[in-house]
Amino acid sequence: MKLNGSQILAKVLIENNVDTIFGYPGGAVLNIYDALYEYQDQIKHYITAHEQGAAHAADGYARSTGKTGVVIATSGPGATNLVTGIATAYMDSVPMVAITGNVGTALIGRDSFQEVYIAGITMPITKHNFVVRKIEDLAPVLRSAFKIAQSGRPGPVLVDIPKDITAAVTDYTPHEAQTADKKSYIDGDNLAEIAKIINNAKQPVIFFGGGVKNSNAGEILKTIIKKANIPAAHTIMAAGVLRYDMPENLGMLGMHGSVVANKTVDNADVVITVGSRFSDRVALAPDKFAKKAVIIQIDIDRSEIGKNVNADYRIVGDAETVLGQLETLIDDNTHTEWFEKINSYRRDIPYSTGGDTLHPKEIMDILSEKAGEDGIFVTDVGQHQMWAAQYLHHVKSENFLTSGGLGTMGYGYGAAIGAAVGTGKSHVFHITGDGSFHMNMNEACTAVTYNLPVISVCLNNNALGMVRQWQTTFYGKRYSSSEPDRKTNYVKVAEGFGCKGYSCRNAEEFKAALDDAMASGGPAWIECIVDREERVLPMIPGGGTVDDIIYQ
Amino acid sequence: MKKTYLSILVDNHEGVLTRLSSLFTQRGFNIDSLTVSATNDPTLSRVTIATTGGEEEIAQIVNQTKKLYEYEGIFEIDPNDSLIRELLLVKVASDSKNRSSLLELATIYKAKIIDISVGSIVFELTGKPAKLDSYIQNLEEYTILEMCRTGATALQRGEVIMSK
Repeated sequence: MKLNGSQILAKVLIENNVDTIFGYPGGAVLNIYDALYEYQDQIKHYITAHEQGAAHAADGYARSTGKTGVVIATSGPGATNLVTGIATAYMDSVPMVAITGNVGTALIGRDSFQEVYIAGITMPITKHNFVVRKIEDLAPVLRSAFKIAQSGRPGPVLVDIPKDITAAVTDYTPHEAQTADKKSYIDGDNLAEIAKIINNAKQPVIFFGGGVKNSNAGEILKTIIKKANIPAAHTIMAAGVLRYDMPENLGMLGMHGSVVANKTVDNADVVITVGSRFSDRVALAPDKFAKKAVIIQIDIDRSEIGKNVNADYRIVGDAETVLGQLETLIDDNTHTEWFEKINSYRRDIPYSTGGDTLHPKEIMDILSEKAGEDGIFVTDVGQHQMWAAQYLHHVKSENFLTSGGLGTMGYGYGAAIGAAVGTGKSHVFHITGDGSFHMNMNEACTAVTYNLPVISVCLNNNALGMVRQWQTTFYGKRYSSSEPDRKTNYVKVAEGFGCKGYSCRNAEEFKAALDDAMASGGPAWIECIVDREERVLPMIPGGGTVDDIIYQ
Repeated sequence: MKKTYLSILVDNHEGVLTRLSSLFTQRGFNIDSLTVSATNDPTLSRVTIATTGGEEEIAQIVNQTKKLYEYEGIFEIDPNDSLIRELLLVKVASDSKNRSSLLELATIYKAKIIDISVGSIVFELTGKPAKLDSYIQNLEEYTILEMCRTGATALQRGEVIMSK
């Protein structure tokens, strides 16, 4: 069958079961958009307000569905606007294929209008990228892109297609969908020896990250936790893998992690790390991390082993496969004394409610209750993100979407749109702050166009809360540029975009607004007034240890 | 910290060298020298990188390199069982007073004279990087006008053959 490059692109997307894409048209992708018009019954394209929103939407789509997200942008600024979204997906290992148009082959390298070397720009933030030079290469390259994005440790792949390639004609033969490379390999230290260490441990703890979520290893992890009676802490990327109320779940580890999680890891004699890269937000002082423990590290990415924290035992492999084999070697066990000790580490951070502001915990409790166990939460970045990680009642890992690695303010709205499109859920809750919200609130128009039930809950403390918190604690309250004193009227702006808008100062108002917004079935903004002095606690300062925890 | 030579096979694609050097720069790995060339297999290029680092750092370099999509093979060259060679071209200011001593030095190092002009001589020397270092050190009492080194290339002796 003879098809042009744009039709081949559409065909390869369909081959790979892609029925939803996000993007923004432009000169270099006019041919592609013409093909998307032709194939609109098979591929639904969502246009966002800005390419960054489209990239985050593809990311949110991927995280909430487990499928590969696809985003399309034109050359030059269209392509560069994807960069933050691609880097976000890269840092959090999210499978994504980004398609960029480029100027025609004859114009490349001549600083043509809207020309940029996006392959060079995205080299360090993609698993791989391609520039298609020949029409015959297009279909194989696109198929490779899907393969690479999903295989091993997932991540984004970019394919840059010059405009003449999108018009050139060649033979097209359909292929089967690309699947991730089989992930059964295991390499490294002897599992039986590792199992013996775990079986003999007096004070073991498991600490896991996004790799467990990506490999669907949650169930086998739970089996091991129950069988060997081992407590577990998680990174922000793995919130929801274990239910929030599971007794062995100690909560989040690291800078704003729970006191009990941090102290347990600090006092453990064996730490089993699964699918986590010991980032500086988790192992704040890598040389002092779990210093009394034998550290066992399991990761699918060989380069993560020993990268930040030195591991005594190392296994390279897919989390589900490795844990599956480990489980057969681990004895039934009880660690009653250890759990008693752990209980003595627990420390609640006191908080009070009332007055004419909402407490963040109050907001998260109400949200958890109203959203129920199917509720999807998508955050931006800053204080609200940490409160969401700490206080939401996490029950499913695919229901909590957050930019953990790159820490992208402005991630939330696009990602929530992607999650709403991908899951078809009746509500998606976008939790944001006034700082993050201002970065990409323009995506409200997208939510309105497609009538997506994205409810944005904006914790408004009229400050860049996390920056301000650091300035309070470490910079003698010199609030440099963290109090922009904006006069945004959220209700009016929401209404201007065609959303419902609410503003709340207490729990009753918030509950009523949520009920009303959820009943309306469309996009809404709910502003929650939060005290500016409210800080995210507990906190371990950068480079610090459990000895440096700030409680109040 | 030790000097390590890594031999890397990559697909002979456009941009692959950029990708490799971008990786090294991004992660702060040292490149003391880098050479790249085609191989007997036209689909492959061979890169020889001389780097300095601790054991964990070298392991990081190796593991990060393995993640490149165009990666086909890597191994750390054992300096005791390898042929490591580099080429030096050096242009030294010369007149009737120092010419004979320069030629004497060249004979000791087995450097070739490849150009003599009024006021300068160009020497060519091939050998282990340390030999080139030593030759250059001895030339420092003269005036070096220009020089360039290719960086090290290396092959393992005997039966060890690196392929995809």
